[in-house]
Amino acid sequence: MSLAEHQRVHGELPHRDPHELIEAVEASGLRGRGGADFPTARKLRAVGGSRRVSAVVVNGSETEPASAKDRLLLTRLPHLVLDGAVLAAQAVGASEVILQLGTGAASAPGALEAALAARDRDPVPVSLAAAPEGYVAGEESAVIHHLNGGVGLPTFVPPRPFQKGFRGRPTLIQNPETLAQVALVARFGERWYRELGTSADPGSALVTISGAVAAPGVYELAFGTSMIALLEAAGGATERLRAFLVGGYFGTWVQAERALELVLAREDLRSVGCSLGSGVLIALGESSCGLHESARVIDYLSRQSAQQCGPCTFGLRAIADSIAAIASGVAHPQETERVKRWASEIRGRGACHHPDGATRFILSALDVFAEEVAEHRRQRCRARPAGLPVGGPVAEEPVVGRRR
Amino acid sequence: MSFRLRVNPIACEAHALCVELLPELIRLDDWGYPILEQPEVPSELLGLADRAVEACPTLALILEEEPD
Repeated sequence: MSLAEHQRVHGELPHRDPHELIEAVEASGLRGRGGADFPTARKLRAVGGSRRVSAVVVNGSETEPASAKDRLLLTRLPHLVLDGAVLAAQAVGASEVILQLGTGAASAPGALEAALAARDRDPVPVSLAAAPEGYVAGEESAVIHHLNGGVGLPTFVPPRPFQKGFRGRPTLIQNPETLAQVALVARFGERWYRELGTSADPGSALVTISGAVAAPGVYELAFGTSMIALLEAAGGATERLRAFLVGGYFGTWVQAERALELVLAREDLRSVGCSLGSGVLIALGESSCGLHESARVIDYLSRQSAQQCGPCTFGLRAIADSIAAIASGVAHPQETERVKRWASEIRGRGACHHPDGATRFILSALDVFAEEVAEHRRQRCRARPAGLPVGGPVAEEPVVGRRR
Repeated sequence: MSFRLRVNPIACEAHALCVELLPELIRLDDWGYPILEQPEVPSELLGLADRAVEACPTLALILEEEPD
C-alpha cells in the first residue's frame, strides 16, 4: 500500500501525547507478537522511563522458517508498521527508528526504500538495516549486537536492550506486527481494539498456517477463534490430520483431536502446554510422520545454535543425534529417557532461549509421537515427507519411519 | 541480603574448577559444563562460593547480591 492509499484507508498519523498513547496501549491489552507475549505497555514504560533512549528497532528478522506474517506486513503495509514505530519513538523519547529487515522482507528493499522516501513528515529519522541470517539472529540481544557493529549472535543478559541496547543506550525493540497494532490503537482507540477477541486476549493476531491445509498463508484472526474455524479459514485439511505444531519451532506438538478442541487464547493454549508464540501453526497430515519431521527440525535447530554456550552446542547436537537414531529405529529403547534427561538439563542454560525452545519442541514430539517412536523400532515407515521448512531444499528421498 | 550464583554460559569453557570447589551447589553435565543445582547460596557456603568465583579462569561464575 502506498502512503496515499494507506492514509486513505487508515487516516493520517495521529498526534498522540506520549503518556496518553501508553495508557491507550495498556488499556487495549496489546502484547508483543514476536513470540514472548510480553505486555507492550510495560515495555514502553520500562524504556520510556529511562533517559537518552537511542532508538526504536523494528525487529523484522523473522527467522522462524514457517512464519511469513512480518514479511507480509513489511512488504504490503509498511506504512502501518512505520507509523507504529514512529509513534512508539515519540512515546519513549527515542531519537530514531531502525527497521531491521530479515532475509524474507529484504527481498523487497526497493519497496521499503520507496516507502521511507515517501514519508517526509516523520518527527524522527527512519533507516533500514539488514539482519544477518540464522535462527538466533532474530533474538533481541543478537539484533542489538549486530546493529552495534558486532556479530548477530545473542549476548549475555542482563543488561537487556531496554537497559543497554543500540549505542549502549536504552532501546525499544518490537516486532512489526506489534507496532502495526500500536498504530491502529493510536488511531482508533482501545475500545475499537477490544471489539475483537476476548476480555483476557483482546484484539486479533496474524497467524501463519501451513502444512496439510488447502490454502496455507497468513490469516488475521480474532483471539478466541476456534481452531476449527482457523482450519476452515485456511481452506480445510487436505487429509486426516495427525497433529498440529503450535507456536513454531520453539512451540509444541498437539494431537490433532486435542488441538481442534482449542481456541486461540492464551489460557486455552496454556492448558496443553503451548503458546501461540509468533503465530505459527503447522498442520501435519496422517500420511506424514511426526517423528521424522521432528528429527529434521531438531537437527536444524541444533545446527542453528550460535555455538556460544556449551550446553546448547553439545546438548542440542546430542539430542538431535539421538532423535535421528530413534527415528531410524536403531536406538536403544532407553534412548528417549536419555533425551529427556538432557533436555531437562540444558533448559535455561544458554545465554538466549534457544535451548529452551528447542527442548520444549522435542519433548512435545516424544510425547505426541510416542506411538511412532514404538513403531519405528519395529518397522521401516514409508511416510511422505511433510517438508517442514528447515532452511534448505526439502528432501524428496523416501524417509525412514512408519505408515504406508 | 541473599546471594545467587549465575553462570555466563558464553564465557564458560568447562574448566570445572567451580565444581571442585563447590560440589555442594554445582555438578557437571555430560559435556563438563556446570549445572547450578541450587543458585541460592546459603550463608555457610558463601566463603566457598567466593573462592569458586575467584578461581574461574574465564570469570564466568558470578555471585550476585539480591535485595530480599
